Amino acid sequence: MITKVVNKMKHTDKGAYIVMNLGILLLLAVFVSFQLGRYPISAKEVFGIVFSKVLPIEKYWADRPEFVFINIRLPRVLLACLVGCCLSTAGAAYQGVFQNPMAAPDILGASAGAAFGAALAILHHGSSTVITLSAFCFSLLTVAIVFFISKKAKGKAVIGLILAGIMVKSLFSAGTSFIKLVADPNDQLPAITFWLLGSLAGAKLSTVAFAVVPMGIGLIPLLLIRWRLNILTLGDDEAKTMGVNARLIRLIVIISATFVTAASVSVSGMIGWVGLVIPHLARKLVGNNYNSLMPASMLLGAIFLLVVDNFSRNLLTTEIPLGIITALVGAPFFICLMTRKGDVY
Amino acid sequence: MSLKVKNLTFGYDERPVLKDVSFAVEENELLSILGPNGVGKSTLFRCILGLLQGYEGEITLHNRDIRKMGIREMAKHVAYIPQSHYTPFNYSVFEMVLMGTTVQVSAFSKPGKRQAGLAEAALERMGIADLKYRGYTQISGGERQLVLIARALVQEARMLILDEPTANLDYGNQIRVLSQIKTLAREGYTIVQSTHNPDQTFLFSDRVLALKDGRVFADGPPGQVYSEKLIKVLYGVDVEVQSLYGDQVRVSIPKGIVQTDYPRKKALLN
Repeated sequence: MITKVVNKMKHTDKGAYIVMNLGILLLLAVFVSFQLGRYPISAKEVFGIVFSKVLPIEKYWADRPEFVFINIRLPRVLLACLVGCCLSTAGAAYQGVFQNPMAAPDILGASAGAAFGAALAILHHGSSTVITLSAFCFSLLTVAIVFFISKKAKGKAVIGLILAGIMVKSLFSAGTSFIKLVADPNDQLPAITFWLLGSLAGAKLSTVAFAVVPMGIGLIPLLLIRWRLNILTLGDDEAKTMGVNARLIRLIVIISATFVTAASVSVSGMIGWVGLVIPHLARKLVGNNYNSLMPASMLLGAIFLLVVDNFSRNLLTTEIPLGIITALVGAPFFICLMTRKGDVY
Repeated sequence: MSLKVKNLTFGYDERPVLKDVSFAVEENELLSILGPNGVGKSTLFRCILGLLQGYEGEITLHNRDIRKMGIREMAKHVAYIPQSHYTPFNYSVFEMVLMGTTVQVSAFSKPGKRQAGLAEAALERMGIADLKYRGYTQISGGERQLVLIARALVQEARMLILDEPTANLDYGNQIRVLSQIKTLAREGYTIVQSTHNPDQTFLFSDRVLALKDGRVFADGPPGQVYSEKLIKVLYGVDVEVQSLYGDQVRVSIPKGIVQTDYPRKKALLN
């Protein structure tokens, strides 16, 4: 009897326990990241600046660290967390909807569309706001096109979506390549190339404010319907006989995941691997049940991108684009996960 | 839970699959559907489960047209048990069973204590409580089938539909799964299953519905339906049907392979 109870605790509370620990880890990572940078800010200063916003603390720090913290460090750290969280969540959600462990946030062309939108804006000398907006709109547009094409396709809805995604993605990639070809090789082409590599270098508080709305619109429903996402992985027919409206849930998940992906990519550029690798790491930690998997993916994604971004801005005197580091870290990491001994979880 | 199918006709792209199929299943009845591959057994099930629309005729549950019932309402009345399958993600057996309770919880919540209790009771009931924390994709086919039955039980629907529950199972698992199904029928579930084994149909069902070319060829208690002619018509195989133990069992013996005119020795049969 006692062993039964302990056994039960071990399994049902395991997920919640790990998620809680990840939350603590994220807070620690954020606190450390606040201190790191070209202009180091001491732990004491960070502590004072953060808590002076909510508690009446006498100012014991200079103006300069506060300025750097509020205008540079804070938005950058927040954006790294948000983008990491979103890409990883979108990846986990798409994997469930498409019943496919290889699905990543760009499966429906959200990234390819964003890249095209950004390149187009750069070609027309758009400001950074215009570039972000254009990337965001084209990202949503691409997924909408994919969705409507798949509606016309016969057969399994999921396969139709994946195939339409591949086609439309390649169309937009061709468009991006063409823009690169006609872009001015002195300033536009490097700008496009740099954008495509992915970076959080331009993060401002206004960028965070822009991104956080669509991210919230997407993340909240994904968190709310996460249990039903489990049933979706069994396929439409089975889900329906179990009382779950598979088409409706899939639509909600796709719209939500697309919003968070579009918002992330439009502010950060192309950052690969996070959306594929992190959900799998989360699966290894808490299992495949979306009940714990979704929050675990969110937190792990945030931690991962925050750490990677710290390397990106501190390792060399010039910034290393994030996309390069995530690919460098992601691919070997994924191979390790794949070949690691142990249970399939 | 009574199910009535009236003049059901259905075809994919003009190609008719089911033609004018009518039958009824009474409460607590265990109906087995026999028929060759491609005769439309799965299509019939998909119609009954509300997964296919656009059929002619009428399907009613408790005298209510299923076309007027929502997905949730259907799931509260009818549970579907697919063939033992693999899932793309490895859920634990307990999680897999717990998924069956989804219809009882609202869209934004997850199964709670009551549902967890149901899942544990169902695992106990199917005799697989020790598999609770094993991965669903790591257990045997027979065990997976039992998990899927447990998952249907926690759905708390009174009618169970099983599509070839013994496909791909070894002999022992076939008997174990079918015995469980029969026990469930005796406990008050209404069950419709399809199968490819006529002998098992005779052993494990109250009634047999035989389909041929999309039509009902025979419908009745196994004792009336199971005959040499039935096997010949359905499967195109000449058999001799032997009745054993006072007609508690009937077995088909294929002619041409077995010399059925050979004098049998009683001693060998024991």
